[in-house]
Amino acid sequence: MIAFLTYKGILVLVIFIITLAVAAYSTYAERKVAAFLQDRIGPDRAGPFGLLQPLADGAKFFFKEEIIPNVSNKVLFVLGPCIAMLTALMAGVVIPWGNTVFLGGKEYALQIADLNIGILYVFGVVSIGVYGIMIGGWSSNNKFSLLGAIRASAQMISYEIAMGLSIIALILMTGTLSLREITLQQAGGIGSHWNFWNVVYQPLGFIIFLVCAFAECNRTPFDLPECETELVGGYHTEYSSMKLGLYLFSEYINMFISSAVISTLYFGGFNFPFMNNVGLSHNWITVLGSAFFFGKVVFFIFFFMWIRWTIPRFRYDQLMNLGWKILLPLAIFNIALTGLVSLLFSR
Amino acid sequence: MTLYAFYFLSFVAIFSALLVVFSKNPVYSVLYLIITFFAIAGHYILLNAQFLAVVHVIVYAGAIMVLFLYVIMLLNLNEESEPHKNTMVKIAAVFSSGLLLLVLIGSLRGASQLVHKTGGEIGLVQNLGQVLFGEFLFPFEVASILLLAAMVGVVMVGKDEEKNAND
Amino acid sequence: MLTNRSKVVVKKEMNFWERIYLPAILGGIIITIKHLFRRKATVRYPETKRYISDIWRGEHVLKRDEHGAERCTACGLCAVACPAEAITMTAAERKKGEEGLYREEKYASVYEINMLRCIFCGLCEEACPKEAIFLTNRIVTTDYDRESFIYGKDKLVEPVDNRIDVTVRQTQAVQEFKQHKSFSHNR
Repeated sequence: MIAFLTYKGILVLVIFIITLAVAAYSTYAERKVAAFLQDRIGPDRAGPFGLLQPLADGAKFFFKEEIIPNVSNKVLFVLGPCIAMLTALMAGVVIPWGNTVFLGGKEYALQIADLNIGILYVFGVVSIGVYGIMIGGWSSNNKFSLLGAIRASAQMISYEIAMGLSIIALILMTGTLSLREITLQQAGGIGSHWNFWNVVYQPLGFIIFLVCAFAECNRTPFDLPECETELVGGYHTEYSSMKLGLYLFSEYINMFISSAVISTLYFGGFNFPFMNNVGLSHNWITVLGSAFFFGKVVFFIFFFMWIRWTIPRFRYDQLMNLGWKILLPLAIFNIALTGLVSLLFSR
Repeated sequence: MTLYAFYFLSFVAIFSALLVVFSKNPVYSVLYLIITFFAIAGHYILLNAQFLAVVHVIVYAGAIMVLFLYVIMLLNLNEESEPHKNTMVKIAAVFSSGLLLLVLIGSLRGASQLVHKTGGEIGLVQNLGQVLFGEFLFPFEVASILLLAAMVGVVMVGKDEEKNAND
Repeated sequence: MLTNRSKVVVKKEMNFWERIYLPAILGGIIITIKHLFRRKATVRYPETKRYISDIWRGEHVLKRDEHGAERCTACGLCAVACPAEAITMTAAERKKGEEGLYREEKYASVYEINMLRCIFCGLCEEACPKEAIFLTNRIVTTDYDRESFIYGKDKLVEPVDNRIDVTVRQTQAVQEFKQHKSFSHNR
């Protein structure tokens, strides 16, 4: 029991630290990617290539004056960023960061909890993530913040539906809700077992899921809740110091988690091509697999940023049109198609 | 361990449910209701029904309460703008909710045997799916048609109002 | 229609491929990814500085002649030529014994250029009949208050022992240009 707890405790701690580190360096990467896509260099003063920039930013956040508006609802004002950060961190629990490792004759899975309802858990956490934004926006007692919060809630709910339906098609195919089992079903790849990643079977579902993931993370082109040209800063207009930092941080953590979920569901998770043919021991395959998994995650984080610095923001009615009139019917069509095909070929 | 968790969750659920009723600010009511839902989701987990728990969180806490909060924030309801209700309405409300309580108690009286009968695994996805699409297929489909009808009705009502506004 | 380049705006119905956005988005991300590998336009300022041309029009200098006497006679042509009205001056008469200081009988006792008004067009340089004022490739330094941007003779006149070279601005072509009496400013 104690060994089990220490193993899980270490795993939680490691994943917590990795998540924070990735989120911190995402802020740096965001600025670097933005700069490079615009023919600039980006931050390069703090440390070599500006690698210490996140530390400098963090320190600056801590030393900034903390302002809580007098007319705000103080308890909720503090609670908002807490919930945003908490829910962002919670989703990492069910993601399989790697296969199992054998240490001293015991098998350790590199996953905090293998729930048999893994995907639904992620959905649940994401769906309550919007409360951080809503509570923060409302308690600021500022019209811009309130508008940002309202936009966030409407957007999240609209895109959650299409996202859920796109996942249902995947579940129809895999027959399980556990993220680990979904990953293991994609094992092998090119090589001994002819086993494709899910994106090959579910291209439409993948596109729908990707678009919805952008909307759920409040990333451009769907960053209307914090749309600075219309709403000053959106839901975090009134926030300063580390509370603002928590909101910004939670956005990057969400991005990290959704990249991990996309990699797991559609891009084989910790599997990589020729994994059964390289002739390495199980532990080394696992380590290599985790490295590949993080490579995929980093690529998707880059993709998020790439899209952000390419596509302008949607208008709000366009956003709702896309969510309800295009993605939702497409997702339903995808379910019907998947059901039909799997009935005909009984895969 | 499970017993203490049950008492704790029950306390949280009942306490926050009472606060839903007693808090003056509607936004607080909604937030307490969300806490209540989470406590109930915890109860589902104690009953080994993770699927129900997560769906409960997604649907109620994650979607319906967001819409509630949305509307309340948009209307900016507070203590001053609350309309005064007369005594007859209050009595009627107490009477109808008392009836609902009676119905609930009546239906839950045999629940303890039910848990034992199914081995406490009714809440898992497979079992729930089997039951829903086997034994209760007809009520399930009827419920979905009911929801669809309600949705269409809402759209129709919304369209009508728009037309009137244009006239 | 002057340039024949104007386009008539047509709002035509988008076809299917245009309406699903994805090809357009793909085109967009291809364009941006190309920029990732382009040469960067940034100049890392304190380490590398951008090349400033020798004939760059920067801070002014009031020249002295070969004996160290100020060339300016306070004729006021520069002030007239200045489109931004940045130059003001007060003329004074040369006293006995000041022949080494001022070349002509009349000189500018006060000569001020407001660097915040100045647009560095170089018309004062062209207007000057005495080859007294020149623009140089020095940059006007920044400051916190407006008063310090009014440069007086203390900053404008070149020091005797530290002459500022303006020979690049006085090439043969410039000298010839100054001889043309048909141009209004040379009259």
